[in-house]
Amino acid sequence: MTSALGSAPTGRDDRRARPTPTRAHPFPWARAAGTGWLYVLPALVMYAVFVLRPLVLTLQYSLYDWNGIGVARWVGLDNYLTVFTDSDLLKIIGNAMVLIVFFSFIPVALGLLVASMVRRITTGAFGTVVRTILFLPQVIPLVAAGIAWSWLLSSNGLVNQALRAVGLGGVARAWLGDFDTALPAVGVIGAWVLLGLCTILLVTGMSKIDPALYEAARLDGAGPVREFLAVTLPSLRQEIGVCLTVTIIAALASFDIVYISTSGGPGLQTTVPGLEIYRLAFSQRQVGLASALAVVLMLLVLACVLPIQRLSRGEKP
Amino acid sequence: MAELLTKFPRRRTVLLASLLAVGMTATACSAPGEDRSSTQKSDAAVKTELGTDPITLEMYAETGFPLAKALADEFSKQHSNVKFNIREDQFTVIVENAPRVMASDNSPDIIRLPTMVDLVKDDLLKNLDPYFTAYGWDKFPASQLMQLRVGENTRGTGSLYGMGLGYSVTGVFYNKKLASQIGMTQPPATVAEFEELLAKAKTGGVQPIMQFNKNTAGINFPHQALQNQFGDPTQVADWIFQKPGATFDTPAALKATQTIQKWAQAGYFTKDANALDYAGMVGEFQKGNGLFMFNGDWESANLDKSMPGNVGFFLFPTESPGGKHVAMSAPNTFGVSAKAKNPDAAAYFLNWVHTNAKAREISVTVGGSSPGGPSDLPVPSAAPNTVLAETLKASQQLGTENGAVDFTANATGGIFAAAITPEMQKLIAGQQTPEGYVKAVQAEYQKELSR
Repeated sequence: MTSALGSAPTGRDDRRARPTPTRAHPFPWARAAGTGWLYVLPALVMYAVFVLRPLVLTLQYSLYDWNGIGVARWVGLDNYLTVFTDSDLLKIIGNAMVLIVFFSFIPVALGLLVASMVRRITTGAFGTVVRTILFLPQVIPLVAAGIAWSWLLSSNGLVNQALRAVGLGGVARAWLGDFDTALPAVGVIGAWVLLGLCTILLVTGMSKIDPALYEAARLDGAGPVREFLAVTLPSLRQEIGVCLTVTIIAALASFDIVYISTSGGPGLQTTVPGLEIYRLAFSQRQVGLASALAVVLMLLVLACVLPIQRLSRGEKP
Repeated sequence: MAELLTKFPRRRTVLLASLLAVGMTATACSAPGEDRSSTQKSDAAVKTELGTDPITLEMYAETGFPLAKALADEFSKQHSNVKFNIREDQFTVIVENAPRVMASDNSPDIIRLPTMVDLVKDDLLKNLDPYFTAYGWDKFPASQLMQLRVGENTRGTGSLYGMGLGYSVTGVFYNKKLASQIGMTQPPATVAEFEELLAKAKTGGVQPIMQFNKNTAGINFPHQALQNQFGDPTQVADWIFQKPGATFDTPAALKATQTIQKWAQAGYFTKDANALDYAGMVGEFQKGNGLFMFNGDWESANLDKSMPGNVGFFLFPTESPGGKHVAMSAPNTFGVSAKAKNPDAAAYFLNWVHTNAKAREISVTVGGSSPGGPSDLPVPSAAPNTVLAETLKASQQLGTENGAVDFTANATGGIFAAAITPEMQKLIAGQQTPEGYVKAVQAEYQKELSR
């Protein structure tokens, strides 16, 4: 992902600098307008069938009252009205917003910290080990992570055993079953999964920073903190943008971890839009309302992610 | 990615828009879904002969419940021309898949069913009335098949749409060692006695009830057991069968909810009940970590294996001494798909399950439940001193007392997931009042019926 980002500008420059061809084109027929489209046609067809068509269908379904089998009834924007007025659905969208803190802000902040610590040891065998360990949560299927964490956080799990061992038995509880702690507990699982991804992206970004900048900063008398704020952070603007984008999408569209660890309970405490869409469509057979919620979720993701894209691009240093 | 998302040149946007437009016109000209207006004739001629032509019956059954496969194997042994192709899924998955699977061209012949009303409305289930007549199922006790009848938007009356592979009964399993430890010498005769035992267990340092309440509300078992006793169980049944005017907002339901709240506050359920799932509950009970567990006879064979001689069973006690026992009891419902390729053979199989001696024996030994069928056929016996023998006896007793009711969780397709489960989780955590609970469940019920 980072390499693509890095090489994209170069590709553009090449194109601009390319001289007008003087010799005959190797494939004259390929110069005809639109022939290029032939090359992308297979991919385009797949994209249209598996991305655009479902997208359009979802938009269409969201305007109907439909159980998935029988005849659908046109209801216009009623489903959207329900999404924005039903207190349960609003709470569910609110839960996703809370998860952004855990899935996004915490991994990025911690990732920056960890990355600046491990930056100097990224080469050699030890560096590989560190990177592998950090990235491991990203490789483990989310379902497995969910199961493992629900064991850790259960009333007799490792977390509570540790608490009791140090005399904090009073704090011990079924973290995922308690009304006050369930959502933060789910958030911790997400933070654990995404921390590795963020750290790796940020470490890679740091390795591309010109060492001369650090040298200059040090000559100017900057300490490690000043160095971090003046050199590292601004240089990582794009990587942080990517991290935030990926993790915010993960938070808003979360499903696996929540489904496995709490199934949305207790009450609606950890129910997120992804889970509710699935429930509405398949268990309650309200395909229309589920589609409307899905469309709202998509718009919500775009509303959160597009400003970040704009900010992180900004004017390049 | 940064480039992709924000740098959308005008040309690409135009292209995307045109692609969307093409997609729109290709897919969106008509409303989704198809009109499957009723084409079934209930008086169509049916065959009660199996014949000798090779037949492959497609079956869609439930993972973790080996009875269906055991019966299919025995059937193939007795009828060599019939083979089974069995697909298994978890029950919740079947619930979600059933409508689409049954509407597809590969619709199974025999399928484990969730609630049936919606499926009948969508004309996906075969009306079994002709087979009822042809096979003489009127010799079965009428109450046995009542839950499998669907009428005009209600259940309990109307045409027959399913049969049971075993008829389950629910009640309370107890750990005999822990029971004697707290001085329980015989099953409680009244609700008050039961509550005394709960209190004794609590003070004796024994976990009174091991009940799950994660993904689905297991505490609805004790809740309905209480509700059945605190009022007229017909009211409960009417509500489940969606009889016009039936409501959940009754004094009986309220009193049951208050009792559950009281039990929760007294610590009779585990503190982590909201984080405990079904498998976890059974595991903890088997390990001896709880005195009582509200569950059904489908676990009998398993419990006999895992804690032999140490587990007992009783029907939930009555409110007043000598009252009528009422228990949730439901067929392990299987139906025949409207698009089944071999409906006659499927019905033949269902009839065989109820009447063949060997099949009835398998229902008991493998399924742990009563085989149902005509009342004049003997019920196979289970090994003495097993909990299986106790649940079978309870099932017969319930039949004699005519005290079987369906599960409130089956009232509508979404009531369990959308109302009972989250509200029950709130209730035992002190986040919902008993009054609020019954009102919330009734509100969801009305919302679903109005659709």
